[in-house]
Amino acid sequence: MTELSININGEHIKADVEPRLSLADFIRDRQRLTGTHLGCEHGVCGACTVLMNGEPVRSCITFAAVADGSEITTIEGFDQDEPMAQLRQAFHENHALQCGYCTPGMLVAARDIVTRLPDADEDRVRLELAGNLCRCTGYVGIVKAILSVLEQRRI
Amino acid sequence: MKPAKFEHQRMASLDEAVKALGNAEGETRVLGGGQSLGPMMNLRLAQPDVVLDLSKVEGLDGIEETGNAIRVGARVSHARIEDGEVPGKTGDYMQFVATGISYRSVRNRGTIGGSVAHADPSADWPSALLALGGSVTAAGGNGIRTISLDGFTVGPFSTGLGWDEILTGFELPVLGTDANWGYYKVNRKPGEFADAIGAVTLGVEARAVCGATESAPFRVTEIEERLASGVQEVSIAEVRDILDRYDAGFDDYELQIHAVALSRAVQGAFA
Ligand SMILES: Cc1cc2nc3c(=O)[nH]c(=O)nc-3n(C[C@H](O)[C@H](O)[C@H](O)COP(=O)(O)OP(=O)(O)OC[C@H]3O[C@@H](n4cnc5c(N)ncnc54)[C@H](O)[C@@H]3O)c2cc1C
Ligand code: FES
Ligand code: FES
Repeated sequence: MTELSININGEHIKADVEPRLSLADFIRDRQRLTGTHLGCEHGVCGACTVLMNGEPVRSCITFAAVADGSEITTIEGFDQDEPMAQLRQAFHENHALQCGYCTPGMLVAARDIVTRLPDADEDRVRLELAGNLCRCTGYVGIVKAILSVLEQRRI
Repeated sequence: MKPAKFEHQRMASLDEAVKALGNAEGETRVLGGGQSLGPMMNLRLAQPDVVLDLSKVEGLDGIEETGNAIRVGARVSHARIEDGEVPGKTGDYMQFVATGISYRSVRNRGTIGGSVAHADPSADWPSALLALGGSVTAAGGNGIRTISLDGFTVGPFSTGLGWDEILTGFELPVLGTDANWGYYKVNRKPGEFADAIGAVTLGVEARAVCGATESAPFRVTEIEERLASGVQEVSIAEVRDILDRYDAGFDDYELQIHAVALSRAVQGAFA
């Protein structure tokens, strides 16, 4: 077992974890924060994307033990976050989800796009979204939602 | 939990890590960003007994220019290179390469040292850095060693690193402000591993690399000679003829996409 001291959504947590426990399984099974979804579990689909020290990472291929000392934000931790509030509304208005399976990871990736790349155009948004698979929407609504938030944030 | 059981050891220093690796019993792996080892362990393609976690080891994530070389630490992430932290023309080239590696959330954790140590034939850095030239630095039981990037990748998942060595960083040439470079990756979707790579830099010497082969990337001397003599364009058909003379094991399709990649890399260098 490995000792783990981690901050998830503002809460300090100390735990003893098996080294092979992924950050995703720690978040979902141990913390019961099931908003973070798991699709492929080898880094390809993006469903499990969370923020680690403010940057998006794949929680399925990050061991919980390796995240020791870090600050994690999962989809449940964005209540007070302005860009996420804008994205939530825009996803709703632009029909950017159907089944919602990809949505938690999609929103975390979208937040990274609107904060890191304020000048992104449609091509860039689509390029950045290559790492998040959605099997329902065909991406049109997602791209529209992200572009609308980028525009809002420019004024 | 998908990986097989293993022991996780947090290393406090490079010395400790080198000792732990040297004294290891059973299969021991150094953990970089975990972006290749993680998937391989989840798929149980890798089942190490011990994983040495270097996350808390200091001194492996620096980027500095020292006269005629740029030192890049093994644990520098692809994302930092994408964000332009490597200076000058060398940095422009590396920024372009980094931006095409996987996706931002993988680039935030994946490291340049991990990529080169891993030596996936389809990965970007082994080919891209061979085209740049320079060397790898490694720390092992016998101290620090410098190994040329020429020939460092030996084959698929196989490098010149000793079993008890940790890759600590790279010493890369400073490309002059007027130096040309080109990089072309053939893949079906942005961020995927390459089906073919062409990489060209024209620094002190002209270097041209055919990468993402079945084995190690290799330099294509005939194209380098042409570039050195001032040629600025090599057609796909010409590259195809040249590559066909190498024993790379390409079938017709692979020969074609590798020729396209290298021809377009040359084109990119003079665009
Ligand atoms: C979905 C996805 C897509 C990807 N697409 C691409 C792509 O298009 N192009 C590309 O190039 N890569 C791609 N990658 C791989 C990514 O770039 C990895 O970051 C990289 O290959 C490995 O770096 P790492 O730091 O994560 O190493 P790790 O996964 O931690 O380690 C990989 C191997 O290297 C060894 N190692 C790590 N660090 C050291 C060291 N300092 N000294 C000695 N040995 C060491 C480990 O023991 C292990 O065997 C992709 C990965 C994913 C998950
Ligand atoms: S579940 Fe992590 S990337 Fe698919
Ligand atoms: S909404 Fe169903 S996968 Fe994206």
